[in-house]
Amino acid sequence: MLDITANTPEFDPAYASQAAFRALMECMARPGQIRSLKGVDAPAPFAPATAALIKSLADYETPLWLDPAFAAAPQAAEWIRFHTGAPLVGDPAAAAFALIGNARALPGFAQFAQGTSEYPDRSTTLIVQIEAFSGDAITLKGPGIKTAQRLAATPLPADFAARMKDNRALFPRGIDLVFVAGTDIAALPRSVMIEER
Amino acid sequence: MNRPDPAAGDLEQRREALGVLARAESRDIADGLRQLDDGLAYSEPRPPEIGLVMLRGRIGSRGAPFNAGEATVTRAAVQLSSGEMGFGYVLGRDREKARMVALCDALWQVAERRDAVETRVLAPLRSKQKEKKELERARTAATRVDFFTLVRGED
Amino acid sequence: MYVAVKGGERAIDNAHKLLADARRGDRDVPEVSLDQIDNQLALAVDRVMSEGSLYDRELASLAIKQARGDLIEAIFLLRAYRTTLPRFGASEPLDTGAMDIRRRVSATFKDLPGGQVLGPTFDYTHRLLDHTLAEQSDVEEPATAPAEAGRFKSVAELLAGGGLIEDDDPPAGDVGDLTREPLSFPAKRDLRLQNLARGDEGFLLALGYSTQRGFGRTHPFAGEIRYGEVEVEFFAEDAGFAVPLGSIAVTECQMVNQFTGSANRAPCFTRGYGLVFGQSERKAMAMALVDRALRARELGEETGAPAQDEEFVLSHSDNVQATGFVEHLKLPHYVDFQSELGLLRKLQAEFHARDAHTETPIQDAAE
Repeated sequence: MLDITANTPEFDPAYASQAAFRALMECMARPGQIRSLKGVDAPAPFAPATAALIKSLADYETPLWLDPAFAAAPQAAEWIRFHTGAPLVGDPAAAAFALIGNARALPGFAQFAQGTSEYPDRSTTLIVQIEAFSGDAITLKGPGIKTAQRLAATPLPADFAARMKDNRALFPRGIDLVFVAGTDIAALPRSVMIEER
Repeated sequence: MNRPDPAAGDLEQRREALGVLARAESRDIADGLRQLDDGLAYSEPRPPEIGLVMLRGRIGSRGAPFNAGEATVTRAAVQLSSGEMGFGYVLGRDREKARMVALCDALWQVAERRDAVETRVLAPLRSKQKEKKELERARTAATRVDFFTLVRGED
Repeated sequence: MYVAVKGGERAIDNAHKLLADARRGDRDVPEVSLDQIDNQLALAVDRVMSEGSLYDRELASLAIKQARGDLIEAIFLLRAYRTTLPRFGASEPLDTGAMDIRRRVSATFKDLPGGQVLGPTFDYTHRLLDHTLAEQSDVEEPATAPAEAGRFKSVAELLAGGGLIEDDDPPAGDVGDLTREPLSFPAKRDLRLQNLARGDEGFLLALGYSTQRGFGRTHPFAGEIRYGEVEVEFFAEDAGFAVPLGSIAVTECQMVNQFTGSANRAPCFTRGYGLVFGQSERKAMAMALVDRALRARELGEETGAPAQDEEFVLSHSDNVQATGFVEHLKLPHYVDFQSELGLLRKLQAEFHARDAHTETPIQDAAE
């Protein structure tokens, strides 16, 4: 008889996705603090933490938008389709999540969904893969930060602080950002303020 | 992973085979699979998973869709070492059945194995299902009203 | 206002044990199995699946056993269970026209193609208690007859074309889902039908009945009622094609209703639609009556009857919500009540004090 017993799943859908969700939630509550996830192997350009987050958060009801770095890798799209069933959309304003493989070319925030006054949650969450949590630090203030929080992330576009300021001005509308490097993540929710240098 | 070409003639046959497997009893599929030769290597990219599918009807039976209520569904995917990916999607919460359906689907895609899957697994299921359906239809047909006119009003 | 109080834990534990004991009943009586419930109380299973909005016969049977036959409690259990599962997506729309028919009757056309097929129905029984069922019964094999192949055309298909009956609405954009977005008013017909499909049978029956008695008359005819098996298909993103999942049993009702026409629409027949899981004919008919009643505004008819009041109907049709709010009155309201009691004492004291100071009693206007 054919062996039809189960193999051990590498990613437990209940516990692993809860752990990833919990880590992200705490990052959102404490902007700029870095936490580590148990990563998931996925085709390039997926970082292990990005794959874990997508596997936990995305499903057939959360359209995804891919930046050119992700869109250039058909295996990444196949992986998303198989593991989440999430539809891939060409219009960033229709996306619940946007995957950004090239942080240097971080797209303008205005093209993503900003939410509405009645439903500010109907906005895009950008998952931005960076090279490392190091380099020049920015100083964050706002809800979830007692005094000030420093966050180093490389690379970032030169006008990053100005973009975040514009995003903050839309509150309660606006986009949320998650930075990923390897298995580490940090979040910049729309409520965060970046201190001018 | 190869996505099937919906225009390919094989796809309709593959869907038909999946329909036969979905309607079958788990133990009958197991009986068929047991007769295939063993030593097959495969992995499970998707271990059996239980979830829901929202069932849609159409307003007035042919109009716009609406959500009529959900059903439990179990799904699984297996991949043979030769690369074929098989999918199992079945109503209900039978994990073993979803895995076996996925395995049959994968084997069915291998040209030199299709015949064995057809004769050992699918053929007995088809004849059993046909028999059951014919009996149900015959019993239903016996309750059909044959009207006959007794008296007409006009002369 | 709710205030946490301690001390009930032991009592609750013991109440659960007593409940389990009462559920089992006399140990000399054999325990009922899920297969027995599924097979022999099949229509209770159908109702629990319909109103629990989850097609799974085994789970519905378990819910009925656990709820000691209290169907609303069983529906509640099924609804709670479904929230624990991920959703893979939505099926392709069911093709009820291709149904494998087990019963199909029409009150509008005697000789429709495929004929009047009675199937397993109570309709022609005399409603006399059958005492032979009190003992184990030997049941005869059902009769058989040659079956015609082919599709049973629906009454809507038969009348279509020629403008005698309205066409079906064409598909338009997103399908509303009240399990994802809370209901808001006015609700479109897709959301109304979803709400009615999971609505309480008794509530819909009473509302449907009320339209027949004159509270929002719709002049209905049972155009067609059909019950049988339909295939379910699901477009699986990973496979890349629509995968057959197996078949389910559903009951469909097409009510045909008179419509006198309006300024910009000629008189024609309109339709109310009902679709429910399993063999649930009464529910499907009531649903179709209420669906049609709720279209009064759209069709420019006189409104004002309870069954035409969308907010009233849709807000009160769900028996899980209803039982939750009614039964929550059992929860401790000690502090609430104490404050009401205090207020009442104060008002009474004021009342009596005013009495004592008034020389001539003031007469109530009503006296």
